[in-house]
Amino acid sequence: MANVKPKVDAVIVGMGWTGAILAKELTDAGLNVVALERGADRDTQPDFAYPKAIDELEGSVHRRFLQGLNQETVTIRHTSADTAVPYRQIGSFKPGTGVGGAGTHWSGCHFRPLPEDMNFRSNVEQRFGKKFIADDMTIEDFPISYDDLEPHLDMFERVCGTAGRAGKINGVIQPGGNPFEGSRTRDYPLGPNPEYLGAEMFHKGAKEMGWHSYPIPTSNASGPYTNPYGCQMGPCNACGFCSDYGCINYSKASPNACILPVLRQRGNFELRANSQVLKVNLDSTKKKATGVTYLDAQGREVEQPADLVLLCAFQLYNVHLMLVSGIGTPYDPVSNTGTIGRNYSYQNLNRVVLFYDKDVQANQFIGIGGAGATMDDLNGNQLDNGKLGFVGGGLVWARQPGAGPVRGINVPAGTPNWGSKWKQAVADNFRHSFYFEVQGACMSYRQNYLSLDPTYKDAFGRPLLRMTFDWQQNEIKASQFFVDQALKMGRTLNPLSILGDAKKDGEHYNITKYQSTHTCGGATMGSNPATSALNRYLQSWDVSNVFAIGANAFPQNNGYNPTGLVGGLAYWAATAIREKYLKNPGPMVQA
Amino acid sequence: MSDKDLPSDALHSRRRILLGLSLAPIAAAIPAMHAVQAAEKAGVPAAGKPFAGAWDPKAYTPTFFKDTEWAFVQAACDRLIPSDDTGPGAVESGVPEFLDRHMQTPYAAGDIWYMQGPFLEAPAEFGYQGKLALRDILRVGISAMDAHCKKAFNGKAFAQLEAAQQEDLLTQAEGGKLKLEGISSKLFFTNFLTEVKNGYFADPKYGGNRDMGAWKMIGYPGMRADYMDWITVRDKAYPLGPVDLSGKRG
Repeated sequence: MANVKPKVDAVIVGMGWTGAILAKELTDAGLNVVALERGADRDTQPDFAYPKAIDELEGSVHRRFLQGLNQETVTIRHTSADTAVPYRQIGSFKPGTGVGGAGTHWSGCHFRPLPEDMNFRSNVEQRFGKKFIADDMTIEDFPISYDDLEPHLDMFERVCGTAGRAGKINGVIQPGGNPFEGSRTRDYPLGPNPEYLGAEMFHKGAKEMGWHSYPIPTSNASGPYTNPYGCQMGPCNACGFCSDYGCINYSKASPNACILPVLRQRGNFELRANSQVLKVNLDSTKKKATGVTYLDAQGREVEQPADLVLLCAFQLYNVHLMLVSGIGTPYDPVSNTGTIGRNYSYQNLNRVVLFYDKDVQANQFIGIGGAGATMDDLNGNQLDNGKLGFVGGGLVWARQPGAGPVRGINVPAGTPNWGSKWKQAVADNFRHSFYFEVQGACMSYRQNYLSLDPTYKDAFGRPLLRMTFDWQQNEIKASQFFVDQALKMGRTLNPLSILGDAKKDGEHYNITKYQSTHTCGGATMGSNPATSALNRYLQSWDVSNVFAIGANAFPQNNGYNPTGLVGGLAYWAATAIREKYLKNPGPMVQA
Repeated sequence: MSDKDLPSDALHSRRRILLGLSLAPIAAAIPAMHAVQAAEKAGVPAAGKPFAGAWDPKAYTPTFFKDTEWAFVQAACDRLIPSDDTGPGAVESGVPEFLDRHMQTPYAAGDIWYMQGPFLEAPAEFGYQGKLALRDILRVGISAMDAHCKKAFNGKAFAQLEAAQQEDLLTQAEGGKLKLEGISSKLFFTNFLTEVKNGYFADPKYGGNRDMGAWKMIGYPGMRADYMDWITVRDKAYPLGPVDLSGKRG
């Protein structure tokens, strides 16, 4: 018998970036908000305090700030003809858990989408014709434009104290920024971080290639900063512990540093950590949610009634909750009907490593998560996809989030994995090599989707989410092109040797190798309820008092890291809830 | 004489003297550890005391590994990361002690992994799909390796073989060419090597990386975690030695 709590205006599932943003916006509007977070409560003090938080064995091997897979995970298979097996150990992607979520252990790369990323399908059709898009490629337009989003993207940058250099303000190109970006209303709140050797080399190589390099916009503060909520950030001291780690310096933007200090003081906000939401409860019509059921810290079942249910978990778990709760219709790839699980996509990440002699001080142990240099000459409308024969753009960048030896030391090709020769190679290369990453868009396909697994269950007895995903020819071709470009650029910089890992023809998705935590889609936003789970306000078409806010809303993944767009969408949805939904609860777009 | 033979204080003061004397451009342009070697070649006398952090295997009593497993662990560690002129070996760094302690953590017991069945066969790109936790992979693997050795080498366990024979067996296991009873040699080898490297490079508080020897070898400053003043320096090597989690300087 569930313990029933008093009803609240809104219940939020998950306290990462989107949960914190929605909690702030809705408590501002006077609502009573309860947030349920499956993991532990965490704050800079004491959880990210120096030196304990930067223990490499705990952070990168025991994965202290990541989700333990013992309670819930996913199963994975390449095609619907295969039997899926569990993602038993963290490899390919790293979901977070605990207060702050993946917003605690991210690096801080903070991109906006390009305007053409938002009307993706129609832009491709317009440039190269409808036939250029294969029948099984289920890419769509986002149902909102870059201009709709601009103020919300701007707001998220203000909250994060993003460091960067504008490329276009009110239509006017700015020197040193990205000339291809969408027009901004103002510059970043902070100027770019200082440049590592690798970034400096990137600018040099990019110039050789005729590319327009610019500093990666990054939510690692380049100076003292107070955000619009009054939260203070200190300048990043390049400690070298970003990815996998909580920030010891209040420098990397996180929900913990940038939003929660305000929320924690509010009487109309309650955070319940160690609260595992099991399902969203629906009324008999299945058109309205009545709240959620969760297990509290002692494992007791609790029902939390609410007028609004906001799914703010990691992308995969938002989709999982919709499927186990019976919200909407599960996607069926055979008939190509249903929406929950449709358009799952990923990211196409590859790496190029450059090795130098001992006079080159690359010092990879120094790190500012997102900082570095990149370019958009091969992204968006700059890329002639018609000539190249694949859909989607990509970036090459130099980034240095910090490398300690437990996280692995790159060595030149042909080096053995152990013994004296390996030792010599790690000693020779640790401080004298750096890498460029090659990050490409990932399209969505009829055959790549999410559903419930028929065999495996989580620790709470629910079926695991099943991922059916493999690399398609389009992404393999793109990977080969972008890596080739990165290698060409790398060679202009005269390394002793260079490594590149483009995908080979017919290569399958390998879940053991870290590639990117940028899993996307599965409950996408769109303008047609037959092909999308959410309307343009991230409101469920089927259950109008449920919103699913996160990268689950992306109809496909663009070339960039998703967090900037995810934050922008959260502010966009929050604004719609405040300004439209609360005045007249119900569907904000008629199906 | 190599770095590991120097007491850390002497090494430190020498390093300071070196940088102060500015043997640069040569010494300053190469990592500190190499600077010491360069200084030795240049005739700077070295203190004759033994390596302060040298690990005595007899001083540690394993509580996870049984005696026969312990012999394997030390022999295999010595082959995988041998002691040589580049830097300390795994054994003198305390990696066997790290392994013994690390196998008793929730991590090695598989507590952060999904360990529910059914356990199906799947292609390598789906990762490990077996039911053994890390500590059992090591234990079962060691036992299977020793059983194989005893059969193939007249009753001799792995630890009793010649170094070259051990290397050959490890190479075969790495490539998955060694047929072991009950476990994939490749699975065992991969997990064992990963753990050896973890112990070699992790903070000394876990039992390995004695006196931060592995960090000194590669020029890693450890847990200094503050490089604001060095991001844009291009013409000299980072000058400071490592600091560990307890605040000790290497």
